[in-house]
Amino acid sequence: MNGALEISPARVAAMVRRYWYLLRSSWPRLLDLIYWPTVQMLMWGFLQLYVAQNASFFAKAGGVFIGSVLLWDILFRGQLGFSISFLEEMWSRNLANIMMSPLRPVEFLCALMIMSVVRLSIGMVPVSLLAIAFFGFNLWGLGLALAAFFANLILTSWAIGIFVAGLLLRNGLGAESMAWTIMFLFLPLTCVYYPVEVLPDFLQVIAWALPPTYVFEGMRALVIDHVFRADLMLQSLALNVVLFAAASIAFLKLLQSARVQGSLLQTGE
Amino acid sequence: MDAHNPAAVVIDRLVKRYKAATAVDGISFSLPAGSITGLLGGNGAGKTTTIAMIMGLVMPTSGSVRVLGATMPKERYRVLQRMNFESPYVDMPTRLTVRQNLSVFAQIYGVADIDGRIAQLAADLDLVEFLDRPNGKLSAGQKTRVSLAKSLLNKPEVLLLDEPTASLDPDTADWVRSRLEDYRVSQRATILLASHNMTEVERLCERVIIMKRGRIEDDDTPARLLSRYGRQTLEDVFLDVARGRQREAAQ
Repeated sequence: MNGALEISPARVAAMVRRYWYLLRSSWPRLLDLIYWPTVQMLMWGFLQLYVAQNASFFAKAGGVFIGSVLLWDILFRGQLGFSISFLEEMWSRNLANIMMSPLRPVEFLCALMIMSVVRLSIGMVPVSLLAIAFFGFNLWGLGLALAAFFANLILTSWAIGIFVAGLLLRNGLGAESMAWTIMFLFLPLTCVYYPVEVLPDFLQVIAWALPPTYVFEGMRALVIDHVFRADLMLQSLALNVVLFAAASIAFLKLLQSARVQGSLLQTGE
Repeated sequence: MDAHNPAAVVIDRLVKRYKAATAVDGISFSLPAGSITGLLGGNGAGKTTTIAMIMGLVMPTSGSVRVLGATMPKERYRVLQRMNFESPYVDMPTRLTVRQNLSVFAQIYGVADIDGRIAQLAADLDLVEFLDRPNGKLSAGQKTRVSLAKSLLNKPEVLLLDEPTASLDPDTADWVRSRLEDYRVSQRATILLASHNMTEVERLCERVIIMKRGRIEDDDTPARLLSRYGRQTLEDVFLDVARGRQREAAQ
């Protein structure tokens, strides 16, 4: 495919502009970015307060639940922000315009990644500030560790988003539910709210094969033991590189299959 | 193929098969640069699949498509900037205004003076008063004109149109046809027009390709088709072909 891997910043910027126009034109879309993360954070924050009053471990490890829920939201909302921007093209029947334009798949994916960060920021910044106000948990106080957590979680969310976009191209809106639910498979397996040792042995093997597991373990080490585990972050990064490459290859294969099957013409159910 | 007028599009023994169905069955034709050709056929004749393969959206099962010298879809990124298309079956984001939609696509197509080009197209296609209105608030006819504007943004050398005047009232449709004629003449563009509107094809096209069940049933100028089938209108020719009346019998 001649020129398929070229990247034009102007074309990426055009797509980002397209999604930004859409976002700012719709207050329900903006509200949706903030509403659910806020509800989640408040619910887990109050639960943590209650448990802390009755268990000395949680009294010592203040913020572990809120930290978990905020990091989980980075993972979940990062993928959702990616996938929803992609779905907007299918909902508006604009995908053929995009696929028949000079926009390269890699540029399309770059724009979706940028939008996932934009959408995530709109939701997470106010929620992280509310966490300080309500529970005294300062996510930003994690400093460089937060940057490492964020980088690894967003990489995983993009990899899953890329794979889901491929499924949508190949199978049309019939695969839409994958965009909303696929990340919930990671919720029990990546040990968001509990340590890996809680899992049975065979599930621990699976958990350690998933990059976010290292981030949640690293967050608990930091909040409970006040130790930053750089080794966990590097292991997570290595797995993310593999996951991202696999997702990108799967996307290109699914796109190719969609061209063979003619499903880019029929993106309905 | 005329040595002084090289083909902009060359299709050679093109086949597209889906599991049980054959959508396009071994068609060959070429479109000289600057020509305008009508692609006629009933529903399921293979017109849209043919256009999708020319644009590189669908992969042929066998045969080849070359556009402006590039093999599609393998080399599509060499030429997509010089092509464009319009179809009533493809929409643009409804919440974005006409200006926003056009400016996004202009940037994707690498248009140099985006504001100037949008202003020019808005004037040509009578869109000035709708430029700042969301696409979703437009009538079907207005949306068709916006889609047409999008398809002309990059001054394409090859323009593929799938029923370009669908949903337009006769007056607007006639006006759009005039704009298309002007565009072809001024830009020396190659246009392939799939349509069910025989009047449109008769008026605009210097050549007509009639497809049926994925094959080319006939390919000639409108005048020669009328004469060969002994008919007064292309619609009658189309019905002869669609209903299986043989050309020989018609002759």
